[in-house]
Amino acid sequence: MNIQKEKISEGNTSTIERISGSEAVIRCLLAEGVKTLYGYPGGAIMPVYDELYKYQDQIHHVLTRHEQGATHAAQGYARISGKVGVAIATSGPGATNLVTGIADAQIDSTPMVCITGQVASHLLGSDAFQETDIVGISTPVTKWNHQITKASEIPEVFAKAFYIAKSGRPGPVLIDITKDAQFEEFDFCYKKCTKVRSYVPIPKTVKGTIEAAAKIINTARKPLIVWGQGVILSEAEAQFKALVEKAGIPAAWTILGASALLTSHPLNVGMLGMHGNYAPNKLTNECDVLIAIGMRFDDRVTGKLDEYARQAKVIHFEIDPAEIDKNVKTDVAVLGDAKATLEAILPLINTNSHKVWHQQFKDLYEIEYEKVIKGDLHPTKEGLTMGEVIKEINIQSKGDAAIVTDVGQHQMIACRYAEFNKTKSNITSGGLGTMGFGLPAAIGAKMAAPDREVVSISGDGGYQMTIQELGTIFQQKIAVKIVVLNNDFLGMVRQWQQLFFEKRYASTEMVNPNFVAIAEGYYIKAKKVTKREELADAVKEMMESKEAYFLEVCVEKEGNVFPMVPSGASVSEIRLA
Amino acid sequence: MNKEKQLFTISVYTENNIGLLNRISAIFQRRHINIESLNISPSEIEEVAKFTIVVNMAEDNVKKIIGQIEKQVEVIKAYYHDLDEIIYQISGLFKIKSELLFEERQIQNIIKESNARIVTVNKEFFVLEKSGKKEEIVALHNQLSDFGIMQYTRSGLIAVTKEEMKISELLETYNN
Repeated sequence: MNIQKEKISEGNTSTIERISGSEAVIRCLLAEGVKTLYGYPGGAIMPVYDELYKYQDQIHHVLTRHEQGATHAAQGYARISGKVGVAIATSGPGATNLVTGIADAQIDSTPMVCITGQVASHLLGSDAFQETDIVGISTPVTKWNHQITKASEIPEVFAKAFYIAKSGRPGPVLIDITKDAQFEEFDFCYKKCTKVRSYVPIPKTVKGTIEAAAKIINTARKPLIVWGQGVILSEAEAQFKALVEKAGIPAAWTILGASALLTSHPLNVGMLGMHGNYAPNKLTNECDVLIAIGMRFDDRVTGKLDEYARQAKVIHFEIDPAEIDKNVKTDVAVLGDAKATLEAILPLINTNSHKVWHQQFKDLYEIEYEKVIKGDLHPTKEGLTMGEVIKEINIQSKGDAAIVTDVGQHQMIACRYAEFNKTKSNITSGGLGTMGFGLPAAIGAKMAAPDREVVSISGDGGYQMTIQELGTIFQQKIAVKIVVLNNDFLGMVRQWQQLFFEKRYASTEMVNPNFVAIAEGYYIKAKKVTKREELADAVKEMMESKEAYFLEVCVEKEGNVFPMVPSGASVSEIRLA
Repeated sequence: MNKEKQLFTISVYTENNIGLLNRISAIFQRRHINIESLNISPSEIEEVAKFTIVVNMAEDNVKKIIGQIEKQVEVIKAYYHDLDEIIYQISGLFKIKSELLFEERQIQNIIKESNARIVTVNKEFFVLEKSGKKEEIVALHNQLSDFGIMQYTRSGLIAVTKEEMKISELLETYNN
């Protein structure tokens, strides 16, 4: 056993051993450094689970309460650590339950490997029990997928899967393994994948583009940086900060880019997009140079494309060539990994401060503060606001916590007001907007970073989509802090109904259960807050808890998230009320 | 801007793997783009498959589609061309009652004038094959349909480019 361990720790094996396909799966995972995986057993994956049992001292399988939870946990794990998250499920419904998480990982570029069992190869296509064409189903939402029908394929396919999931623009990969391939014995040896001939993970930076970009930046009078998760994925935070500071350029973030630069950094001018900050949205249509770094001009960020930064020269630092000119026409595209390209451009950038321009952001912030932020964070009305809950969490965490959010009003409020001192601290479902993401993702995040405080913040709607993962938290003793901001509504949809559907609240009002009792049913400490004067102490108690803790905060029922760029409007038409 | 729709061929060089057709066709389906024709065959390079896809699209959108296709892990390279940049052929097969061949003199003239080839003749039917541009095959179809066609089918477009394709060179750099 010890000899085996030594070989595995190097990744590549030097000897050949005769083992079963299912044992090979575990050995591949160990060779890739996987220590934790999330999943749910079932008929077609049982041989692999049998090996998981035998290898339980080396690899920790976390039984979630639903396969969707397994994928989100794997995503949370990946997002906070930068490592590949792994989820495993059986065939048929087990496999289809992974699809939402896979689609979420695809659109948010999260490295994940999903393993599914499949009926025996001679049964493929026969409508066998729990047979589903998961390779066909997952094709449009995976970076790559593959069905294994022979044990001998396992090492190469796993090596390729991990390489593809993590390299370049990361994404989810699915491996489907027929049951007979799991049983079959073969001569195992493992070699890590370092190249796939048809695949270019990092495109070459076109000659001259760095110089051209630097020239435009150096002559800009009103430049604006908009950054996304690319900065985090390529671990370019230091290079990014250096560029922002040297060039003295105001920088705004997409929600997946949040935390790459400290919230308190003087040049951090806030969040972009539909519920982002007033200044960066307004001034997107005033800047003369727009420098996009590792972001993809999502429609929630750009609003109406025909009226998005038309006056500006656009420079796009991007790893995925398909993103260039996809939504916004670029003047200079700097292809490559952000860490390398930002490092290369830095010496060519002139020191600057753009003080007058920066002042415009400060002035607009003051307007936003008076009209929106003050009321959100320091309300004088009776009802509790979501914003003041986030403020209390900031006070207690001092900005060190990782915030894992679900989708909806609470997500926008948390992203707007959470303070981040560390990168990889804002874990949320961005592109897909998956309700139910938060709670299981927080499980993965806490397990990947046990020394960090992880606070899951959900609304009463999304929380109930994956509420069963409280069972996982209880069984695994995961010390996540769970906050539900309860307004007894599907708040974001209700807000739209109020603003755009004349208050016809179709199916958005929720009659909710006793959330505290449910948490306590899972033996999780729980508390409910309904009054402002109870809030600070309750948040403090939660944050000081060494174990999992559930806090329900009843907030005002019909609170709205502002500012708002109405759907189909230009970013500069952002509304404050 | 190149926003007007026209016919383009998209040539995709790929690894020869199960499921790749699904992956590539999904790119079109997702964007609600109809594929006019599709052909998959071996290419000039061993073990590399070539897709020839015909679409009616604006050039700006074709460029974006090329980006999405090249993004697929097992795609080596994708190119697009308008019809002036390629040499192409389409093949049509017509199954017709044999008696017509002898009874209708005009059919014999049509066959001669269209440069169609008789593939087989038996008691019941004969089969005509015509390669050329789509219009030529459609014209032949129109002429023959007056007499009654038992079966008709037309292949996808296949093409080679007038300009050199540097795909072999590219593959060599990958392999080294």
